[in-house]
Amino acid sequence: MKRYSAILLLSAFIFSFQDCQPNQHQEGERLYKKNCANCHMENGEGLNALIPPLTDTVFLLKNREKLPCILRYGLKDSIVVNGIAYSEEMKGVPALTDIHITNILNYINHTWGGDQKPFQLEEVQQLLDKCKQKGQF
Amino acid sequence: MKNALIFLLAACCIASCLQSGDKKKLPIVGEPDISPAGDTVYPTIPDFSFMDQDSQIITNATFKDKIYVVDFFFIHCTTICPKVKKNCQRIYEKYKDDDRIAILSHSIDTKHDTVPALRKYANKLNISSNRWHLVTGPKDAIYGIADNYFIAAKEDTTVTDGFDHSGRLILVDKSRHVRAYCEGTDYDEVTRFMNDIDILLEEQFPPAISKQ
Repeated sequence: MKRYSAILLLSAFIFSFQDCQPNQHQEGERLYKKNCANCHMENGEGLNALIPPLTDTVFLLKNREKLPCILRYGLKDSIVVNGIAYSEEMKGVPALTDIHITNILNYINHTWGGDQKPFQLEEVQQLLDKCKQKGQF
Repeated sequence: MKNALIFLLAACCIASCLQSGDKKKLPIVGEPDISPAGDTVYPTIPDFSFMDQDSQIITNATFKDKIYVVDFFFIHCTTICPKVKKNCQRIYEKYKDDDRIAILSHSIDTKHDTVPALRKYANKLNISSNRWHLVTGPKDAIYGIADNYFIAAKEDTTVTDGFDHSGRLILVDKSRHVRAYCEGTDYDEVTRFMNDIDILLEEQFPPAISKQ
Protein backbone atom coordinates (compact mmCIF):
# COMPACT_ATOMS: atom_id res chain seq x y z
CA MET A 1 0.00 0.00 0.00
CA LYS A 2 2.82 2.32 0.96
CA ARG A 3 4.65 1.59 -2.24
CA TYR A 4 1.46 2.23 -4.19
CA SER A 5 1.02 5.70 -2.68
CA ALA A 6 4.65 6.46 -3.38
CA ILE A 7 4.14 5.68 -7.07
CA LEU A 8 0.99 7.75 -7.10
CA LEU A 9 2.82 10.68 -5.54
CA LEU A 10 5.67 10.34 -7.95
CA SER A 11 3.43 10.30 -10.99
CA ALA A 12 1.48 13.28 -9.65
CA PHE A 13 4.79 15.06 -9.29
CA ILE A 14 5.81 14.25 -12.85
CA PHE A 15 2.46 15.34 -14.20
CA SER A 16 2.61 18.66 -12.37
CA PHE A 17 6.07 19.16 -13.76
CA GLN A 18 4.78 18.62 -17.25
CA ASP A 19 2.27 21.37 -16.71
CA CYS A 20 5.09 23.82 -16.18
CA GLN A 21 6.23 23.38 -19.77
CA PRO A 22 4.38 26.13 -21.59
CA ASN A 23 2.75 25.17 -24.86
CA GLN A 24 4.56 27.30 -27.39
CA HIS A 25 1.56 27.54 -29.63
CA GLN A 26 -1.00 28.37 -26.95
CA GLU A 27 -1.05 32.08 -27.74
CA GLY A 28 -1.24 31.39 -31.45
CA GLU A 29 -4.09 28.97 -30.87
CA ARG A 30 -6.02 31.48 -28.79
CA LEU A 31 -5.57 34.17 -31.45
CA TYR A 32 -6.43 31.72 -34.22
CA LYS A 33 -9.69 30.77 -32.51
CA LYS A 34 -10.58 34.40 -31.99
CA ASN A 35 -9.66 35.78 -35.42
CA CYS A 36 -9.61 32.96 -37.94
CA ALA A 37 -11.65 29.95 -36.81
CA ASN A 38 -15.06 31.51 -37.55
CA CYS A 39 -14.38 31.10 -41.25
CA HIS A 40 -11.51 28.64 -41.57
CA MET A 41 -12.99 26.40 -38.83
CA GLU A 42 -11.20 25.19 -35.73
CA ASN A 43 -9.70 22.27 -37.62
CA GLY A 44 -8.60 24.50 -40.50
CA GLU A 45 -10.69 22.72 -43.11
CA GLY A 46 -12.52 25.83 -44.45
CA LEU A 47 -15.90 25.65 -46.16
CA ASN A 48 -16.23 23.90 -49.52
CA ALA A 49 -15.25 26.17 -52.44
CA LEU A 50 -16.07 29.30 -50.42
CA ILE A 51 -13.37 29.40 -47.75
CA PRO A 52 -10.04 27.69 -48.37
CA PRO A 53 -8.56 25.17 -45.95
CA LEU A 54 -5.30 26.00 -44.20
CA THR A 55 -4.10 22.44 -44.40
CA ASP A 56 -2.33 22.57 -47.78
CA THR A 57 1.31 22.21 -46.78
CA VAL A 58 2.57 22.95 -50.28
CA PHE A 59 0.55 26.18 -50.49
CA LEU A 60 1.80 27.32 -47.09
CA LEU A 61 5.38 26.63 -48.10
CA LYS A 62 5.16 28.23 -51.54
CA ASN A 63 3.42 31.35 -50.24
CA ARG A 64 5.34 31.70 -47.03
CA GLU A 65 6.42 35.24 -47.88
CA LYS A 66 2.87 36.40 -48.56
CA LEU A 67 1.27 34.96 -45.44
CA PRO A 68 1.93 37.81 -42.97
CA CYS A 69 0.53 40.36 -45.43
CA ILE A 70 -2.58 38.28 -46.08
CA LEU A 71 -3.36 38.22 -42.36
CA ARG A 72 -2.96 41.97 -41.99
CA TYR A 73 -4.30 43.30 -45.30
CA GLY A 74 -6.55 40.52 -46.54
CA LEU A 75 -6.71 38.91 -49.96
CA LYS A 76 -8.62 39.90 -53.08
CA ASP A 77 -6.90 37.70 -55.67
CA SER A 78 -8.08 34.23 -56.56
CA ILE A 79 -5.96 31.45 -55.16
CA VAL A 80 -5.77 27.71 -55.75
CA VAL A 81 -5.57 25.52 -52.67
CA ASN A 82 -5.57 21.73 -52.86
CA GLY A 83 -6.57 22.05 -56.50
CA ILE A 84 -9.68 24.16 -55.85
CA ALA A 85 -9.91 27.82 -56.92
CA TYR A 86 -11.10 30.28 -54.28
CA SER A 87 -12.17 33.77 -55.31
CA GLU A 88 -14.07 35.21 -52.35
CA GLU A 89 -12.42 38.21 -50.78
CA MET A 90 -10.81 37.74 -47.39
CA LYS A 91 -10.75 40.79 -45.15
CA GLY A 92 -7.51 41.52 -43.32
CA VAL A 93 -7.35 41.88 -39.56
CA PRO A 94 -5.59 45.22 -39.00
CA ALA A 95 -5.87 44.88 -35.23
CA LEU A 96 -3.28 42.08 -35.22
CA THR A 97 0.19 43.21 -34.16
CA ASP A 98 3.38 41.84 -35.71
CA ILE A 99 3.76 39.53 -32.72
CA HIS A 100 0.17 38.29 -33.05
CA ILE A 101 0.73 37.51 -36.72
CA THR A 102 3.93 35.61 -35.93
CA ASN A 103 2.18 33.52 -33.29
CA ILE A 104 -0.82 32.72 -35.47
CA LEU A 105 1.37 31.73 -38.42
CA ASN A 106 3.47 29.47 -36.24
CA TYR A 107 0.35 27.84 -34.82
CA ILE A 108 -0.95 27.16 -38.35
CA ASN A 109 2.47 26.01 -39.48
CA HIS A 110 2.82 23.70 -36.50
CA THR A 111 -0.71 22.32 -36.66
CA TRP A 112 -1.26 21.87 -40.41
CA GLY A 113 1.84 23.09 -42.23
CA GLY A 114 4.05 20.13 -41.51
CA ASP A 115 6.07 22.14 -39.00
CA GLN A 116 8.22 24.04 -41.48
CA LYS A 117 10.82 26.49 -40.26
CA PRO A 118 9.01 28.69 -37.71
CA PHE A 119 8.56 32.40 -38.43
CA GLN A 120 10.73 34.78 -36.45
CA LEU A 121 9.34 38.18 -35.50
CA GLU A 122 12.03 39.97 -37.57
CA GLU A 123 11.16 37.93 -40.64
CA VAL A 124 7.47 38.75 -40.27
CA GLN A 125 8.25 42.46 -39.85
CA GLN A 126 10.45 42.48 -42.95
CA LEU A 127 7.79 40.75 -45.02
CA LEU A 128 5.12 43.17 -43.81
CA ASP A 129 7.36 46.12 -44.70
CA LYS A 130 8.07 44.69 -48.10
CA CYS A 131 4.46 44.26 -49.16
CA LYS A 132 3.62 47.69 -47.82
CA GLN A 133 6.45 49.30 -49.84
CA LYS A 134 5.51 47.41 -52.95
CA GLY A 135 2.05 48.88 -52.57
CA GLN A 136 0.59 45.44 -53.02
CA PHE A 137 -2.04 46.23 -50.50
CA MET B 1 -22.73 -11.85 -4.56
CA LYS B 2 -21.30 -11.67 -8.03
CA ASN B 3 -24.38 -13.34 -9.46
CA ALA B 4 -26.61 -10.88 -7.68
CA LEU B 5 -24.67 -8.02 -9.17
CA ILE B 6 -24.96 -9.38 -12.68
CA PHE B 7 -28.67 -9.89 -12.17
CA LEU B 8 -29.07 -6.32 -10.98
CA LEU B 9 -27.15 -5.01 -13.96
CA ALA B 10 -29.23 -7.04 -16.36
CA ALA B 11 -32.42 -5.80 -14.71
CA CYS B 12 -31.29 -2.20 -15.08
CA CYS B 13 -30.48 -2.82 -18.71
CA ILE B 14 -33.87 -4.28 -19.46
CA ALA B 15 -35.63 -1.49 -17.60
CA SER B 16 -33.79 1.19 -19.56
CA CYS B 17 -34.52 -0.62 -22.82
CA LEU B 18 -38.20 -0.72 -21.99
CA GLN B 19 -38.19 2.97 -21.14
CA SER B 20 -36.51 4.04 -24.34
CA GLY B 21 -39.17 2.07 -26.16
CA ASP B 22 -41.59 4.88 -25.31
CA LYS B 23 -41.12 7.25 -28.19
CA LYS B 24 -40.02 10.72 -27.27
CA LYS B 25 -42.27 13.39 -28.73
CA LEU B 26 -40.95 16.84 -29.52
CA PRO B 27 -42.85 19.68 -27.86
CA ILE B 28 -44.38 22.57 -29.80
CA VAL B 29 -42.29 25.68 -29.23
CA GLY B 30 -43.99 28.96 -28.35
CA GLU B 31 -46.59 30.41 -26.01
CA PRO B 32 -50.00 28.82 -26.67
CA ASP B 33 -53.27 30.76 -26.85
CA ILE B 34 -56.68 29.55 -25.85
CA SER B 35 -59.20 29.88 -28.66
CA PRO B 36 -62.81 31.05 -27.97
CA ALA B 37 -63.83 27.43 -28.33
CA GLY B 38 -61.45 26.55 -25.53
CA ASP B 39 -58.79 24.84 -27.64
CA THR B 40 -55.10 25.34 -27.07
CA VAL B 41 -53.65 27.02 -30.13
CA TYR B 42 -49.92 27.15 -30.73
CA PRO B 43 -48.31 29.85 -32.88
CA THR B 44 -47.80 28.88 -36.52
CA ILE B 45 -45.55 30.20 -39.27
CA PRO B 46 -47.58 32.72 -41.34
CA ASP B 47 -47.74 32.81 -45.15
CA PHE B 48 -44.55 33.89 -46.87
CA SER B 49 -43.18 34.26 -50.37
CA PHE B 50 -39.47 34.58 -51.17
CA MET B 51 -37.17 33.83 -54.12
CA ASP B 52 -34.39 31.26 -54.04
CA GLN B 53 -31.01 30.91 -55.78
CA ASP B 54 -32.60 29.42 -58.89
CA SER B 55 -35.24 32.20 -59.11
CA GLN B 56 -37.95 29.88 -57.84
CA ILE B 57 -40.73 31.43 -55.77
CA ILE B 58 -40.65 29.72 -52.38
CA THR B 59 -43.81 29.76 -50.26
CA ASN B 60 -45.41 27.64 -47.57
CA ALA B 61 -46.65 25.45 -50.40
CA THR B 62 -43.04 24.52 -51.20
CA PHE B 63 -42.94 22.79 -47.82
CA LYS B 64 -46.37 21.21 -48.00
CA ASP B 65 -46.13 17.72 -46.55
CA LYS B 66 -42.52 18.32 -45.58
CA ILE B 67 -40.70 19.25 -42.45
CA TYR B 68 -38.00 21.90 -42.86
CA VAL B 69 -35.00 23.44 -41.19
CA VAL B 70 -34.66 27.23 -41.09
CA ASP B 71 -31.80 29.63 -40.53
CA PHE B 72 -30.83 33.24 -41.23
CA PHE B 73 -27.46 34.25 -42.66
CA PHE B 74 -25.74 36.50 -45.14
CA ILE B 75 -22.94 35.84 -47.59
CA HIS B 76 -20.32 38.25 -46.32
CA CYS B 77 -20.73 37.29 -42.69
CA THR B 78 -17.43 36.45 -41.03
CA THR B 79 -18.72 35.90 -37.52
CA ILE B 80 -20.99 32.90 -37.04
CA CYS B 81 -22.32 32.07 -40.52
CA PRO B 82 -19.54 29.88 -41.89
CA LYS B 83 -19.79 27.60 -38.86
CA VAL B 84 -23.58 27.48 -39.08
CA LYS B 85 -23.34 26.70 -42.79
CA LYS B 86 -20.84 23.95 -42.08
CA ASN B 87 -23.27 22.37 -39.64
CA CYS B 88 -26.22 22.92 -42.01
CA GLN B 89 -24.22 21.05 -44.56
CA ARG B 90 -24.05 18.05 -42.25
CA ILE B 91 -27.85 18.09 -42.16
CA TYR B 92 -27.99 18.53 -45.94
CA GLU B 93 -25.62 15.63 -46.56
CA LYS B 94 -27.55 13.34 -44.26
CA TYR B 95 -31.00 14.06 -45.76
CA LYS B 96 -30.26 15.17 -49.31
CA ASP B 97 -31.92 12.08 -50.78
CA ASP B 98 -34.94 12.34 -48.46
CA ASP B 99 -37.75 14.39 -49.99
CA ARG B 100 -39.65 14.61 -46.71
CA ILE B 101 -37.29 17.31 -45.52
CA ALA B 102 -35.82 20.59 -46.87
CA ILE B 103 -33.66 23.46 -45.68
CA LEU B 104 -34.62 27.14 -45.95
CA SER B 105 -31.87 29.74 -45.41
CA HIS B 106 -32.92 33.40 -45.42
CA SER B 107 -30.38 36.08 -46.29
CA ILE B 108 -30.76 39.14 -44.07
CA ASP B 109 -28.49 41.22 -46.33
CA THR B 110 -31.19 41.98 -48.87
CA LYS B 111 -29.05 44.66 -50.52
CA HIS B 112 -26.04 42.52 -51.51
CA ASP B 113 -27.34 38.96 -51.52
CA THR B 114 -29.20 39.08 -54.82
CA VAL B 115 -30.44 35.96 -56.59
CA PRO B 116 -27.27 35.70 -58.75
CA ALA B 117 -25.10 36.17 -55.64
CA LEU B 118 -27.05 33.44 -53.85
CA ARG B 119 -26.70 31.15 -56.86
CA LYS B 120 -22.94 31.61 -56.91
CA TYR B 121 -22.80 30.94 -53.19
CA ALA B 122 -24.93 27.80 -53.53
CA ASN B 123 -22.71 26.51 -56.34
CA LYS B 124 -19.65 26.97 -54.20
CA LEU B 125 -21.35 25.21 -51.31
CA ASN B 126 -22.20 22.51 -53.83
CA ILE B 127 -25.87 22.29 -52.84
CA SER B 128 -29.02 21.72 -54.85
CA SER B 129 -32.04 24.01 -54.69
CA ASN B 130 -34.30 20.98 -54.60
CA ARG B 131 -33.36 20.47 -50.98
CA TRP B 132 -31.72 23.65 -49.79
CA HIS B 133 -33.26 27.00 -50.69
CA LEU B 134 -31.22 30.16 -50.12
CA VAL B 135 -33.82 32.91 -50.29
CA THR B 136 -34.07 36.67 -50.49
CA GLY B 137 -37.09 38.94 -50.38
CA PRO B 138 -38.39 42.29 -49.18
CA LYS B 139 -36.40 43.36 -46.15
CA ASP B 140 -39.45 43.79 -43.92
CA ALA B 141 -40.75 40.37 -44.84
CA ILE B 142 -37.44 38.66 -44.05
CA TYR B 143 -36.98 40.41 -40.72
CA GLY B 144 -40.65 39.97 -39.92
CA ILE B 145 -40.66 36.22 -40.39
CA ALA B 146 -37.51 35.87 -38.29
CA ASP B 147 -39.72 36.78 -35.31
CA ASN B 148 -42.08 33.93 -36.13
CA TYR B 149 -39.17 31.50 -36.10
CA PHE B 150 -38.05 32.95 -32.73
CA ILE B 151 -34.83 34.20 -34.32
CA ALA B 152 -33.29 37.56 -33.51
CA ALA B 153 -32.11 39.45 -36.59
CA LYS B 154 -31.53 43.14 -37.07
CA GLU B 155 -29.25 45.58 -38.83
CA ASP B 156 -26.69 47.07 -36.48
CA THR B 157 -23.83 49.20 -37.74
CA THR B 158 -22.00 48.90 -34.43
CA VAL B 159 -21.26 45.17 -34.75
CA THR B 160 -18.87 43.32 -37.06
CA ASP B 161 -20.25 43.03 -40.61
CA GLY B 162 -23.25 45.27 -39.80
CA PHE B 163 -25.85 42.69 -38.80
CA ASP B 164 -26.76 41.34 -35.41
CA HIS B 165 -28.35 37.92 -35.74
CA SER B 166 -28.56 34.59 -34.07
CA GLY B 167 -27.15 31.39 -35.55
CA ARG B 168 -30.09 29.31 -34.44
CA LEU B 169 -31.44 26.45 -36.51
CA ILE B 170 -35.20 25.90 -36.32
CA LEU B 171 -37.17 22.76 -37.10
CA VAL B 172 -40.69 23.26 -38.47
CA ASP B 173 -43.28 20.48 -38.85
CA LYS B 174 -45.91 19.88 -41.52
CA SER B 175 -48.45 21.96 -39.57
CA ARG B 176 -46.17 25.03 -39.52
CA HIS B 177 -45.29 24.58 -35.86
CA VAL B 178 -41.77 25.12 -34.55
CA ARG B 179 -40.78 21.86 -32.88
CA ALA B 180 -37.08 22.15 -32.05
CA TYR B 181 -34.13 24.49 -32.28
CA CYS B 182 -30.42 24.54 -31.59
CA GLU B 183 -27.36 26.77 -31.72
CA GLY B 184 -26.12 26.27 -35.26
CA THR B 185 -22.51 27.06 -34.44
CA ASP B 186 -22.25 24.21 -31.94
CA TYR B 187 -21.30 20.83 -33.43
CA ASP B 188 -22.71 18.77 -30.54
CA GLU B 189 -25.98 20.71 -30.36
CA VAL B 190 -26.46 20.17 -34.06
CA THR B 191 -25.88 16.44 -33.56
CA ARG B 192 -28.69 16.45 -31.00
CA PHE B 193 -30.82 18.52 -33.36
CA MET B 194 -30.35 15.91 -36.10
CA ASN B 195 -31.65 13.34 -33.66
CA ASP B 196 -34.70 15.60 -33.14
CA ILE B 197 -35.18 15.65 -36.91
CA ASP B 198 -35.29 11.85 -36.91
CA ILE B 199 -37.85 11.86 -34.09
CA LEU B 200 -40.04 14.33 -35.97
CA LEU B 201 -39.74 12.40 -39.24
CA GLU B 202 -40.94 9.31 -37.46
CA GLU B 203 -43.85 11.16 -35.89
CA GLN B 204 -44.96 12.93 -39.06
CA PHE B 205 -44.38 10.11 -41.50
CA PRO B 206 -45.46 6.96 -39.69
CA PRO B 207 -44.64 3.82 -41.63
CA ALA B 208 -47.65 2.71 -43.69
CA ILE B 209 -49.44 -0.29 -42.22
CA SER B 210 -49.03 -3.00 -44.77
CA LYS B 211 -52.25 -4.59 -45.90
CA GLN B 212 -52.18 -8.34 -46.01
